[in-house]
Amino acid sequence: MSLSAQVVVRRGSLALDLAVEVADGEVLAVLGPNGAGKSTFLRVLAGLLAPDDGRITVDGVAWDDVTAGTHVPADRRALGVVFQDALLFPHLTVGENVAFGLRTRGVPRAAGTATAEGWLQRVGLDGWAGRRPAQLSGGQAQRAALARALVTDPALLLLDEPLSALDARTRLTVRAELRRHLAGFGGSTVLVTHDPVDAMALAHRVVVVEDGRVVQTGPPAEVNQRPRTDYVARLVGLSLLPGTAEGRTVRLDGGGVVTVAEEASGPVFAAVRPESVALWLSRPEGSPRNVWPATLTGATPHGATVRCELAGEVPLVADVTEAAFAELGLAPGSRVWASVKASEVAVYER
Amino acid sequence: MSRTREGAGVPLPLLLPAALGTAFLVLPMVGLLVRAPWSDIGPALAAPEVGQALRLSLVCATLATLLSLVLGVPLAWVLARSRIRGRSALRALVTVPLVLPPVVGGVALFTVLGRNGFIGSWLNEAFGITIPFTTTAVVIAETFVAMPFLVISVEGALRAADTRFEDVAATLGAGRWTTFRRITLPLVAPGIAAGAVLCWARALGEFGATITFAGNYPGTTQTMPLAVYLALQDDPEAAIVLSLVLLAVSLATLLLLRDRWLGRSGAPGA
Repeated sequence: MSLSAQVVVRRGSLALDLAVEVADGEVLAVLGPNGAGKSTFLRVLAGLLAPDDGRITVDGVAWDDVTAGTHVPADRRALGVVFQDALLFPHLTVGENVAFGLRTRGVPRAAGTATAEGWLQRVGLDGWAGRRPAQLSGGQAQRAALARALVTDPALLLLDEPLSALDARTRLTVRAELRRHLAGFGGSTVLVTHDPVDAMALAHRVVVVEDGRVVQTGPPAEVNQRPRTDYVARLVGLSLLPGTAEGRTVRLDGGGVVTVAEEASGPVFAAVRPESVALWLSRPEGSPRNVWPATLTGATPHGATVRCELAGEVPLVADVTEAAFAELGLAPGSRVWASVKASEVAVYER
Repeated sequence: MSRTREGAGVPLPLLLPAALGTAFLVLPMVGLLVRAPWSDIGPALAAPEVGQALRLSLVCATLATLLSLVLGVPLAWVLARSRIRGRSALRALVTVPLVLPPVVGGVALFTVLGRNGFIGSWLNEAFGITIPFTTTAVVIAETFVAMPFLVISVEGALRAADTRFEDVAATLGAGRWTTFRRITLPLVAPGIAAGAVLCWARALGEFGATITFAGNYPGTTQTMPLAVYLALQDDPEAAIVLSLVLLAVSLATLLLLRDRWLGRSGAPGA
């Protein structure tokens, strides 16, 4: 057991009370809306904010223990943090940024530079060491920030919305790379995000936080399939279809084929948002769409829409307006056709 | 047809005072240039007293700026970043010299560092050091008057700087001192430079506190502003020449400030 944290923070309207355990090599996603207290939790883990109550131990060493009066400051914790906006120091070169954590820990300049360059190579920024951060694209800056966080081989890696500042296309690439690097990281990782896709793609376990409290915890697939609160349902209301891509076709592991707009190859996830699924009583014709027969197994009102759960070769969740739901005369057990435009299917490496 | 040109839309009640205001600020400087004895300017500038006063002015203003940097930057950090009690009272206190008449500042320095002042008398008895009416006194008087400009400027830069970089540094193992040295200081360097230039210009023009606390001795305490004032009594043309020199130095400072720093101050990412 590597990270064990029980954290209580009271700040104005926020009452945070979370307990998590993260094993070595495990990635825990803390998923929740803005204002749920995720970032505060991360700041406490990083040592930038002292908890009002609780205890944080890493590899058996207490980093925070309010009862015992222990508080190890951030600069004495073996951790790496990747922030949302990369936050590379603008006045240092990319190489100096990556080497910073080594230099503060007394590694000589030459050794630090060499190690930093090795890490830049690993994140695909070979030859960028001498550039200024301003010359990097958003995705490159986030890769450099990851190298900077991992270069000291920390016991705990904290990722604070690491992908949300990136544009959609870059996010796919960086997410896949991040997944690869996390797989090779031996310490514990805590990922804070409001994007369920990040949580599904990167984490072994998900903790859903709402108003400072855990509302659901479990493996991503479980959280995805059996939301226990309306909020979780909406948050992770996303059909994630694992498969193998070849060109614009993805053969799903569970059977069935999805046509996508972007070329891909190898093992991928195809992700479908419920609102992009349209339902029909007869097979729609003449459009470059994915069309599958399905059976309506459940329907729950969800704001102004009705969330329809569909069983069939390709299991999906569809959001349709109440008007459309009534017009189609749907009821559990109804036979329908579900269609999704190829461009509405997100596809990225597994 | 009736497309308003830029500036054409200024109402007359504003335009007139604005024009008068401009004339009011610019005319005296034009006067200096018009009345300058251009043919005699070479010999006038070459006079040993002028060189002496100018050198003393530059050296003292520079020393005062260095002293202000050493004391003022940490003070600005405390005002901007620390959570000590009575911080706003402290800020009010250290900025008093900004609004205090400089002559009063000179008198106040006397009460502390004068021969009978409570630090001055001790310095005198213990070490035989007398401060008033020395070059040291000039530097102290100039620092007293000019340092608040630096403190205010640097504090503003520190407040505008993104503190998240300091958080990042902490997570990378940097203690507060390392973070200050390697992250905070470089990030606010443009603000510090702007503050130092302001401070230097203010120190260069210092008159009231200097003449009160340091006197007016050629070679040791007579700086350019004092020399100008003295020259005006018996040789107005020399006063104009000396004033021109100060005007040139001030203009050069202003240009330096505009081009190098003012344009991009407050942009930590630049």
